[in-house]
Order: sequence, then C-alpha cells, then structure tokens
Amino acid sequence: MQADTRYDVIVIGGGPAGLAAALEAHADGQTRVLLVERNDTLGGILPQCIHNGFGAVVFNQDLPGSEYAWRYRTMVEQSGIDVLLDTMVLDVTAELDVYAMNDRDGYMRLRPRAIVLAMGCRERTRAQIRLPGSRCAGVFGAGTVQRLVNIEGYMPGRRFLILGSGDIGMIMARRLTIEGAEVIGVLELLPFLTGLRRNYVQCLQDWGIPLYLSTTVNRVIGGRRLEAVETIRVGDDLQPIPGTEGLVECDTLLLSVGLIPENELSRKAGVTLDPRTGGPVVDSAMSTTVAGIFAAGNVTSIYDLVDYVSKAGAVAGRSAARYARERPDGRAETVTVAAGKNVASVIPQRIRFDTPVSEENLLMLRPSALMEHSVQVELRAGSRVLASFRGNYSRPAEMMIHRLKPQQLRALKSAPRREITAEIQ
Amino acid sequence: MNDRLNDRRGAPGTSRLERIICLRCPRGCEITTSLDGYGAILEIEGNVCRLGRQYVEQEVHNPTRILPTSVRVRNGRYPLVPVWTPRPIPKQYLRDLARSTRSVELEAPINVGQIVISNWQGLGIDVVASGEVERV
Ligand SMILES: Cc1cc2nc3c(=O)[nH]c(=O)nc-3n(C[C@H](O)[C@H](O)[C@H](O)COP(=O)(O)OP(=O)(O)OC[C@H]3O[C@@H](n4cnc5c(N)ncnc54)[C@H](O)[C@@H]3O)c2cc1C
Ligand code: SF4
Repeated sequence: MQADTRYDVIVIGGGPAGLAAALEAHADGQTRVLLVERNDTLGGILPQCIHNGFGAVVFNQDLPGSEYAWRYRTMVEQSGIDVLLDTMVLDVTAELDVYAMNDRDGYMRLRPRAIVLAMGCRERTRAQIRLPGSRCAGVFGAGTVQRLVNIEGYMPGRRFLILGSGDIGMIMARRLTIEGAEVIGVLELLPFLTGLRRNYVQCLQDWGIPLYLSTTVNRVIGGRRLEAVETIRVGDDLQPIPGTEGLVECDTLLLSVGLIPENELSRKAGVTLDPRTGGPVVDSAMSTTVAGIFAAGNVTSIYDLVDYVSKAGAVAGRSAARYARERPDGRAETVTVAAGKNVASVIPQRIRFDTPVSEENLLMLRPSALMEHSVQVELRAGSRVLASFRGNYSRPAEMMIHRLKPQQLRALKSAPRREITAEIQ
Repeated sequence: MNDRLNDRRGAPGTSRLERIICLRCPRGCEITTSLDGYGAILEIEGNVCRLGRQYVEQEVHNPTRILPTSVRVRNGRYPLVPVWTPRPIPKQYLRDLARSTRSVELEAPINVGQIVISNWQGLGIDVVASGEVERV
C-alpha cells in the first residue's frame, strides 16, 4: 500500500496536548501538519470537564475546561491545520508509518517525517482494583459518568457512593448533587485526601458531602442492580480492620481510582515505557526513545493541571517540526533523571542540553510522600548534589514544577555519571 | 466520623472557633481562627501569608463561589450546554441557582460567552455558556 507522504508532522490525539502540539508545529509557516482524532470533536477530555480550574497559567484566567478547549479548538480551526475527526489511528511503526481508519477514507497509510503521540489516558477499571462482591450493574468509572451526565445528559442513578478522593471523584460528587442526585459520601483508602484541597472545600464541604478517610469498599451487594455497598475501615498498613464494616444503601458506585496513560500505540512503535509513569520515556524535547517520535500530555504521565499539558504539547510540536526540517542524525547528549527518595516519577526522564534557549526546561516531579513543611528537592549524582530547589510542601496530589536554570543545566551536564536521581528531603 | 477536615468544634462563650481552608492559592492553608459574636477575628493561626486573613474575613462575612453546571438545549448537536457564573456568587444561593438551572431549556445555537440567564432573581447574577452547541 502506497504511503501518503504529504505531511511533515502527524499529531495523534486532539486533546490539549495534541492541539498545542499541532499549533506549534504549524507555527513556522512551512511545516505541513495533520491532527488525527478518533472522536467527533476536538478537545480530548476537556469538553466533559465543565467545572472551572483550567487556564491559570496559560490564559491567566480561571476557566471551565469546556471553554479552555474551545479556545484552543478555535485557534486550530483558524490556523488552517488539516484535521481528521472520527479517525482512529490503529498502528504506528518505528519507521514512522501511521495506519489510520475512518468511514470516509477507509484504511490509510501515512508516512510523515515526525509523529507526536498525544493519546491521553484512560480510567483504571473495576477489574484492575479487584473489587470483591456481586457483578451487578451500577458500578461505573467516575470519568464515564462525567461523560454521561455532562455530554449525554443522562443520569445513571439516584443514590451514589464514590470511592476515591482524587479530583475526579470530588468533582463528580458535586456535579451529581447539583443535578439533584443524592451523594452519600466519598471514601478514601489512604489516611489523607488525594485530590486538591480547593476541590475538597468547593466540592465536598460546600455541599455537605462527607469524606471518609482510611475507608474502602469491602463488598459490592446487589442482584441485577447495585443495592448496597459494605464499607470497611483500614489501618495504617491499608489492611481492612475486621469489625469495622458498615452498610451503605445506594444504587450507584463511582470509582475514581486513577488514570493510566493510553499506550497501545506507543508499544507498537517500540518506544521505551517508564514503569513509574506508565508512559513513554521522554527527554527535554519530548522526544521518545524512537527517533522522530515525540510524546506529550497524559500519554506520558498523569498531569493535574492542563496548562502544563498544553506547555508540554507545545514543546513536542516545536521539536517535531524541527526534527522534520533538520532530520538530525545521531542522538542528543542526555543525563537520565531517576526517581529517588519521596519521588514517584519524573518528567522528562532525560535532560538534554541542546534545547533552544527559549524553551523553559520544566522538570516535573510527582511526590510520593505527604509533607506539610518546606522541602528541598535535590538532583544528585551519588552523594553529590548538582542542583537543588525548594518547595513549600510535598503532596502526592500536586506535581512539583521547576524551571531548570542555565547554571543548573550546566551543573547537570558536568555530572560525573549519566544517571542522576531526584529526591525530596 | 473520621472526617477530620470537616471537624468544626464550637468554643465556649460568645466566641467561636472555625477551621477554614484558604482558597486564595493552591497551598490551601488550614487556618484555625477564633471569632467574636460579630465574626471579627480574635485569633488566627495556620495562615502562611496575610492573604489568609483577608480570605477568612471574606469567608466569614460573605463567602462566594463559582457555580459550574449545564442546561438543556433543544435542536442542538448536543442535548446540553455547559454554563457557569464567571463572577463568584454568594455561597448561600448555590443550591437555589442549581435548582433553577435544572429547569431551563434553551434553543440552539448557543455560543461561548452567551448569557443564558440574566440577572437571576434580580440579584445581578448572570449565568453564561462555557461551550457551544450548533443547531441541527
Ligand atoms: C475529571 C478530570 C478533571 C480534571 N480537572 C482539571 C482541573 O480542574 N484543572 C486542570 O488544569 N486540569 C484538570 N484535569 C486534567 C486535564 O484535563 C488533563 O490533564 C488533560 O485533559 C490531558 O490532555 P491530553 O491531551 O494529554 O489528553 P486527553 O484530553 O485525554 O486527549 C487525548 C485525545 O486523544 C484521542 N485519542 C486517543 N487514542 C487515539 C487514537 N488511537 N487515534 C486517534 N485519537 C486518539 C482521544 O480521543 C482524546 O481526544 C482534569 C482531568 C480529568 C479527567
Ligand atoms: S494563607 Fe496565603 S499561602 Fe496560605 S493558602 Fe492562603 S494565600 Fe496561600
């Protein structure tokens, strides 16, 4: 099958990462860009995020996700970038072949000079957390219900219980209440809130929805439809404490138990994945380990703020356009940053030193420990501290974002070894 | 129950103790404050900066919030359009406004920024579309 070689850069996924990547790749006026999206509209997950809390960094405004998406969508529409909607990318190869399909054009083979992976993430499912009990109807992913209620206008139950105090769980607790449903409470396995505090106040406290920490679902009870949930308290070891069971009558259980990067295509393309993030290993240019393939956004690691997804997408788009133009041979010099003490994951995992001076060189750490006092982040080679910066606190719910300064980059470049670790003290 | 953050204990006498999470910045300080019978701050603790004090004063006298929700649309590509109150509204009206928006039905098309409820209940509260719905 003859490959279509019209495009320099193909962006896979039309969420905030892909929209920013396409815009930036196209910005030089000579790169031919194609944006491919499997849904019937651009914006990714944002059109269903109708709550505010988006745009503080990029637009200096607090916007609903739907409006943030609309702004980027409008920019892409006005730019003249080619967009294929309702089109699923089925395969990507290390030779930069892209196989896609839609109803109108059928099966397509495209061969660009660079690719940006921006497929976002999907929800962890019931099977993945091994929820015991009946297989009855009425157990949903919180993101699925967000789509049902906010896009399709369908309310899937009357009395809800929510498992997981992440942002999606809390936002849905409020959302269902606003639409007139009853939300009995939010259960959290951990002894602390896993989402943002502003969401605790605005979504739970304001609407009188209780939060039960160190509590989880012990058993799902029901025939065809969910009838009740048996809850149980857990100890510091997160193991259930016998005798602390409680019974909650409800017809719907929402699971807000985490998101996982969508990486089927990344795997097919043969890019190296990081077991800590679940996404491709990327460097400061958002380049994966396969030359010519770039990645950005939730496909690389779950972000809590969309603004940084857009920024990462923009870096990937600029890098992909540069790669398509220059076709560099040979790999850039990098040092690898490993997650050390109190750090769950790092993006990018590899720092390179040839990025244009205009790039921000953001380093993002996902803390693994909750520390409500000022902390020091250290980038070290063995016992030697090469660079450090301070943070006001360390919370697993919030990424720590640091702009690497030129002198810090120089210090990392002179590292005695090619692998350094990031630690939070 | 074990809802530690929700715990609000009353203090003896006319003063009362409040625990308020400051929303002025993402840090979200947990502020403990004692207030006199008129809601004036007697003591305050836990705020890292002075904005926290301002926030507590506002939160005690006139707490405001943004309400994001959606309303039904007829003859549109989608059955709903997302809406919000771009200007924060007094917290006490959240539930009533939510109830009102549930019974509104609009006619497509709807554009971003379009006012869908103007001056609700004469209170100067506008509800504005944050998404668009084409007519079909
Ligand atoms: C419920 C919820 C609440 C949130 N709240 C906030 C908030 O208050 N503030 C904030 O800043 N951020 C928030 N976020 C985070 C933010 O929305 C995400 O970080 C951001 O949307 C991720 O963008 P993305 O482009 O990486 O992925 P997505 O938005 O998921 O976009 C990925 C796109 O790729 C497409 N795609 C996938 N596979 C293929 C394929 N094979 N072929 C073609 N297309 C494909 C998908 O259809 C999708 O459109 C929230 C997220 C969620 C889920
Ligand atoms: S008190 Fe200051 S630092 Fe603390 S949350 Fe409020 S504004 Fe932020």
